[in-house]
Amino acid sequence: MVRVLDEDGELVDGAEVPDLSDDELVEMYRQMKLARRFDERAVSLQRQGRIGTYPPLSGQEGAQIGSAFALAEDDWMVPSYREHGAALVRGLPLKDTLLYWMGDERGNSVPEDANIFTVAVPIASQIPHATGLAWASKLRDEEDKAFLCYFGDGATSEGDFHEGLNFAGVFDTPNVFFCNNNQWAISVPRERQTASETIAQKAEAYGFEGVQVDGMDPLAVYKVTKDALQKAKNPDDDELRPTLVEAVQYRFGAHTTADDPSVYRDEAEVEEWKAKDPLPRLETFLKNTDRLDDDDVEAIEADIEDDVAAAIEAAEETPRPDPVEMFQNVYADMPQRLEQQLDWFESIRAEHGDEALLED
Amino acid sequence: MSENLTLVQAVRDGLRDEMAEDDDVLVMGEDVGKNGGVFRATEGLFDEFGDERVIDTPLAESGIIGTAVGMAAYGLKPVPEIQFSGFMYPGFDQIVSHMARLRTRSRGRFTCPMVLRAPMGGGIRAPEHHSESKEAFYVHEAGLKVAMPSTPYDAKGMLISAIRDPDPVIFLEPKKIYRAFREEVPDDPYEVELGEAAVRREGSDVSVFTWGAMTRPAMEAADNIEDIDVEVVDLRSLSPIDFDTVVESFKKTGRAAIVHEAPNTCGVGAEITATLQEEALLYQEAPIERITGFDVPFPLAALEDYYLPEPERIESGIREAFEF
Repeated sequence: MVRVLDEDGELVDGAEVPDLSDDELVEMYRQMKLARRFDERAVSLQRQGRIGTYPPLSGQEGAQIGSAFALAEDDWMVPSYREHGAALVRGLPLKDTLLYWMGDERGNSVPEDANIFTVAVPIASQIPHATGLAWASKLRDEEDKAFLCYFGDGATSEGDFHEGLNFAGVFDTPNVFFCNNNQWAISVPRERQTASETIAQKAEAYGFEGVQVDGMDPLAVYKVTKDALQKAKNPDDDELRPTLVEAVQYRFGAHTTADDPSVYRDEAEVEEWKAKDPLPRLETFLKNTDRLDDDDVEAIEADIEDDVAAAIEAAEETPRPDPVEMFQNVYADMPQRLEQQLDWFESIRAEHGDEALLED
Repeated sequence: MSENLTLVQAVRDGLRDEMAEDDDVLVMGEDVGKNGGVFRATEGLFDEFGDERVIDTPLAESGIIGTAVGMAAYGLKPVPEIQFSGFMYPGFDQIVSHMARLRTRSRGRFTCPMVLRAPMGGGIRAPEHHSESKEAFYVHEAGLKVAMPSTPYDAKGMLISAIRDPDPVIFLEPKKIYRAFREEVPDDPYEVELGEAAVRREGSDVSVFTWGAMTRPAMEAADNIEDIDVEVVDLRSLSPIDFDTVVESFKKTGRAAIVHEAPNTCGVGAEITATLQEEALLYQEAPIERITGFDVPFPLAALEDYYLPEPERIESGIREAFEF
């Protein structure tokens, strides 16, 4: 397993700090803190009934932010439904993430200048898409783009995992498959997903490289992802472009706010993993190497508090979408029948008023 | 100039023309390359366009459809072939969860302009799972268009329209009539617009609504009945359905028989019946007859003739509608 920082934030023997400037390292830390704080607030908002079901990410900041940091501007990320932190790095505003989980489809509309594919909820179904996107890029003779696809350990049990990776190997597409192995697929442990010793070793079956990395070590994740992206764009003669990265980590909270993890796992296990928390780990490293001090941390905390509060306010102030939006973007041109249904719906709205149509 | 082609040759002709016209169009699937497809729908394309545009894939329906979704989102126009429509189910999640919804989910940022082709339907003595007609699954799914040609001319023109369409299209080819007859098909590309039905036979007494391979036995039944003036409407597109033509025909005749080989319950015939009730009730002279497959798994070869509506059964249905 690749590591740069140990659990105490010390450089592992023989490891090198990745080639990032001091500012970039501090920015990585800031984004991780922001993702954590956002997550805490989002869970709390869900408990208050202000957003819908939400999948928390706490514990996975190192894997998400470390990997997203490795992407070049033209690279793409293909997320699952938990990559709020990685999406933030790639330019998706936190407000949009909130909107999506509030049930407003506009939150899933990625800005034109952000190379993020839309959130996929069915497990592993985004993996073939990532292969197809990368394959299309290769068929178009682009050589400067790689496609980073995220999924969890549960996804590796699905047929789409196999089919997506198999196609990627056969057609040698510029993909990096990034498994956030957070140990639990809702209540089912990693051991019930596969009898393989590691998930990374599955890459062997597809003819390309698999790498296991400490997912709670953002510097190691960054390094491994960066190398994999590089290889996807510019492989040696004897190697295939794709890589399967297994980032070993833990989700501290529930799978989503709809489940209660105390039913299926021991608190002792959670505590054990909390000792590996990527945040204090990176913070200690940055402080020990004089890249960060207490004042900086305080300033960062104040900043992110403001950022999160502003995102929540902006999301909550966003008016409910016009229901006409339901009918739009189904087809390029609205079919006649759909137009008739829309006309009928508009007449009902006019007759009763929107208030009457909404549940109290 | 034109050529006398079978339906499957017309499909190939349409593919070839669009690939020549648009470099973004590519064909992918199992055995579509060197082998030219198990029904020869892609014959010769591999030699003409090479292995980056006519791609033999691993045997994996979800992989074929799912990667095509990614390709389409990235600006290519993939035309994946699933060898038999009865094998589409391993890719069903990709069809309904992604192919159909990409435009909606991304609020138009990403679209999925692909055409998923598959030979469908019974009548060729095929093994189990090779004869299904489950068009209703796809018609039920918003975001998809569904087309099913019944003639070589339509097959080429509708396929070209489908490839040029900005939305994903399920293109179902009735394999029973792949080689059943020939028709003059223009050499040059042309479009037959999706969403437009064709009145195959004009009549004033009973309207027969049908599509795909059933169009021919429906025509035969209409021709056999000398005492009833039967109109036959071939829907061609099942999503969207050309209800203008359907309702107009029904208003003229007041009587309808719907013929499809898919099972009766929740088949597309039920949708047509409901729409006629809504839009033309006062023109109705008799109960609407449905002459369809039965609500049973498609039988093996020994019994398939009993399952599929044939001219005699269709004739009985038309008489029921007329004599009420």
